[in-house]
Amino acid sequence: MHHIALTDQPIDVPAVLQAAESDEAGAVNAFIGTVRNRSDGRRVVRLHYEAYPPMAVHQLGRVAEMAQEKWPMLRQVAVTHRHGTLEIGDVAVVVAVSTPHRADSFAACQYIIDTLKEVVPIWKKEEYEDGTVWVSAHP
Amino acid sequence: MNLTIALFGIAREIVGKSSLDLTVPAGQSAAGLLADLRLQYPALAGLRSLAVAVNNEYAAEDVALHERDEIALIPPVSGG
Repeated sequence: MHHIALTDQPIDVPAVLQAAESDEAGAVNAFIGTVRNRSDGRRVVRLHYEAYPPMAVHQLGRVAEMAQEKWPMLRQVAVTHRHGTLEIGDVAVVVAVSTPHRADSFAACQYIIDTLKEVVPIWKKEEYEDGTVWVSAHP
Repeated sequence: MNLTIALFGIAREIVGKSSLDLTVPAGQSAAGLLADLRLQYPALAGLRSLAVAVNNEYAAEDVALHERDEIALIPPVSGG
């Protein structure tokens, strides 16, 4: 089962973890991505996330399906990504998965966050004290 | 045929609006659309990558576009 969401409100982290729970699982593994105050040595003031909502939700579902194919023992996959303006320390994304045993839960969780970063149409703009940059936009 | 292209992130900033109405030859491919847009907005050519999405999926370069498709320009993503 997949629980996919995109929100412009603060992410309810316990709710995402709860969505990943399963009586058949001995492991719930979560990745929580937060806003860091430095990037390449520059002080980051805040982040602006822009999303293409219908495609982002669709592609998040695809990533969850691909994870399910690679790890058929996955019980639950829950992913919530935030968009809008985020301050330092805010939670930008939560990925939570459950599996019967822990090794698979680590691997599946890492696969989902790594693949999300490659394919899901969400864009991050870093704001510094003296300007802004769209992350990874240029070679 | 007439296409409406949704724009996001740095592509939206380069073009200066969040959606672009274009008239293109019938059967225009995704690659043809990208080539036209890079000519019109040279800064798009400086991006690390630029993809076309059709109906929420990444389109292969040779995919033919249709008037009723939901088309978007996808600059390098950076979620997470």
